[in-house]
Amino acid sequence: MGGKSDIKLINEDGTRIDGRRENELRPIKIETGVLERADGSAYIEWGKNKVLAAVYGPREAHPRHLQNPTRAIVQCKYNMAAFSVSDRKRPGPDRRSVEISKVISEAIECVTFTERFPRTSIDVYIEVLQADAGTRCAGLTVASVALADAGIPMRDLIPACAAGKVDGHVVLDLCKEEDNFGEADLPMAIIPHSGKIILMQMDGNLSVAEFNKATSMLFKALGTINDLQKAALRKKYSPTFEQTETTGGE
Amino acid sequence: MEEIVADIKKDYIYHLAETGKRVDNREFDEVRPIKIETGVVSSAEGSARVKLGSTDVLVGIKMSVGEPFPDTPNSGVLTTNAEMIPMASPTFESGPPSKDAIELARVVDRGIRESESIDLEKLCITPGEKVWILFIDTHILDYGGNLIDAAAIGAISALKTTTVPSSTILPGTENFQLPVNHLPIACTVAKFGNYMVVDPGLDEELIADARLTVTTDEHGNIRAMQKGLSGSFTLDEVEKIVKLSSHIGKEIRKKLPE
Amino acid sequence: MKTEGKNETGGTEGIRELVIPGELLSEKDMQPGTGTYQEDDGKIYANQLGIKSVRDKFISVIPLNGRYNPRVNDTVIGKVIDVASSTWLFDINSPYPAPLHVTETPWRIDFGDTGRYLNVGDVVLLRVSEVDETKKVQVSMRGPGLRKLTGGAIIEISPPKIPRVIGKNASMISVIQKYTNCKLHVGQNGRIWIDGSIEKIEKVIEVVKKIEKEAHTVGLTESITKYLSVGEKT
Repeated sequence: MGGKSDIKLINEDGTRIDGRRENELRPIKIETGVLERADGSAYIEWGKNKVLAAVYGPREAHPRHLQNPTRAIVQCKYNMAAFSVSDRKRPGPDRRSVEISKVISEAIECVTFTERFPRTSIDVYIEVLQADAGTRCAGLTVASVALADAGIPMRDLIPACAAGKVDGHVVLDLCKEEDNFGEADLPMAIIPHSGKIILMQMDGNLSVAEFNKATSMLFKALGTINDLQKAALRKKYSPTFEQTETTGGE
Repeated sequence: MEEIVADIKKDYIYHLAETGKRVDNREFDEVRPIKIETGVVSSAEGSARVKLGSTDVLVGIKMSVGEPFPDTPNSGVLTTNAEMIPMASPTFESGPPSKDAIELARVVDRGIRESESIDLEKLCITPGEKVWILFIDTHILDYGGNLIDAAAIGAISALKTTTVPSSTILPGTENFQLPVNHLPIACTVAKFGNYMVVDPGLDEELIADARLTVTTDEHGNIRAMQKGLSGSFTLDEVEKIVKLSSHIGKEIRKKLPE
Repeated sequence: MKTEGKNETGGTEGIRELVIPGELLSEKDMQPGTGTYQEDDGKIYANQLGIKSVRDKFISVIPLNGRYNPRVNDTVIGKVIDVASSTWLFDINSPYPAPLHVTETPWRIDFGDTGRYLNVGDVVLLRVSEVDETKKVQVSMRGPGLRKLTGGAIIEISPPKIPRVIGKNASMISVIQKYTNCKLHVGQNGRIWIDGSIEKIEKVIEVVKKIEKEAHTVGLTESITKYLSVGEKT
């Protein structure tokens, strides 16, 4: 975050390095039920991100000592495939993956009716096959579709998205270059019908006014993303459903 | 974690076999439908996604520059890894590669290395100092039986469509297609009782007593073999499997990407 | 998505509507049934992906997927996964493995002799006898027809789709048994045991998989009957 670069990230007319406007999302496509063995699964292409999510559970919690006698625990494991980034990533969890796994687990726990399944674990696996910034948001967005596919009782789906600051401008949904050379990154996830925030992280430098602009952009975008999640679930059971992807836009 | 197969399921598979059938209506020597897609991951120098029945495997090729091994100063380095990630099966656990994952990686590696598909000397940049390091990363996404064959098809398909990113390392040079000289294809046969079936599906694999993988090249020569599980084969059975593998290898080779 | 048609879930309205978790089902004056939850302001939302069902004052959602949630007196098909001196442990396709105690069997078993009667891999038709507040489940073999199953074949489908295999007033299962001459034992936990000739068993498996795939559609019993009778003529 905040590396020096000669790249001009935003042009005079406000277009970004990939041609988008400041509040424009990258193209998003979601598919449900893509794996056979998992209880629920989903796949998302978000800009150049390609992320697969699978859910098993509720099932017996392993290791035993993590069991909670009154409710299910949510164990999310976010992982990046070795070939998902330009410089090959050594297989295995690193500290960043562990932190992302934690905040995603907590967001999922917030909307899941865990009290119905004491002593069990709801295992969520997020695998990034190709990365281009915003993988944790893509991961949580697709994981919530996989959870619905698995029949896990939830209050709502969880749309997630990030906003940031690039060349002094507050923009929506950073791509890789913007994430590497920008001045702030703010991923967020909400419960759509109540607007409550269940995931929020930030790094960089934002004035309060900039922060407010970012969250306002995000709430709007999250509504669009939620519609795409719903459409992806409907599409599996009703092949004649209308819009299942966005080519970009608000 | 082991999966316990219900006795009824095992008996049913045997009864079907007695009448010459398999659970999914295949012949004993028939492979499941194969779907191969290449160039599916742009962050990798080469990639392929293979669906073999319900088994789903993604192989990515990454290339970087490094030092050669001291005993082979003019050779590039080839490394194969397999990740049997927990999403692919309720029986796959998180953590460092299991012995199954390690065996899978090594068998796939052997097929490619022993058939000399990649001329490692062509991957030398500066002898003794700089060579290309080629990583084959196999990611199992959905376990429906017979990971070895699926992974091997994925590996060779990904290699065939790999672009060596020379321009990023040596300014003034151009990227070039990785030269692949041979096309090894692995063919696995599972044995249960006295029945032998090619390309075992999940249920067949779970009840198998023994398993034999034979990797052949385009001339029908044997490049790698691996016997697995704790049962046994007679020499006669092995010879039959070798003959079958060569034939199936030929069929599958036709389906590889150009 | 709305499709007109007979509601086979026994509701008083005839619309089959697919709903998504978080979707608002009713603003006020209704009671929350299964698959839904109610907020303090009285609004009722879906909590699972499924088909909306309205019956009198109750709104519920019939889920399209999910593990089996054990209920007392359900008939289930269990698989032995462990054997101890006076109990066996069963996998009943639920988040909770279920123990069977020797006293809940028709046999008189000496301590430690359990392996002689049931072993790992055996499949048994059971009844869920107890489910406590922490979801500890117990099963029993005491009851008519409950026994170890042998021969035939077993198929597993998503538990919420089992009612479609049985059908209203057992209509679907009768059709299947009639056209294939097979006997089916259906467990509420998504497992079905099929007994019959090898060729007919294959047909039953095919049909059950078809039902699972089309479970959310309308007029399924008719289309399956057609499918089976056509097969018979060829």
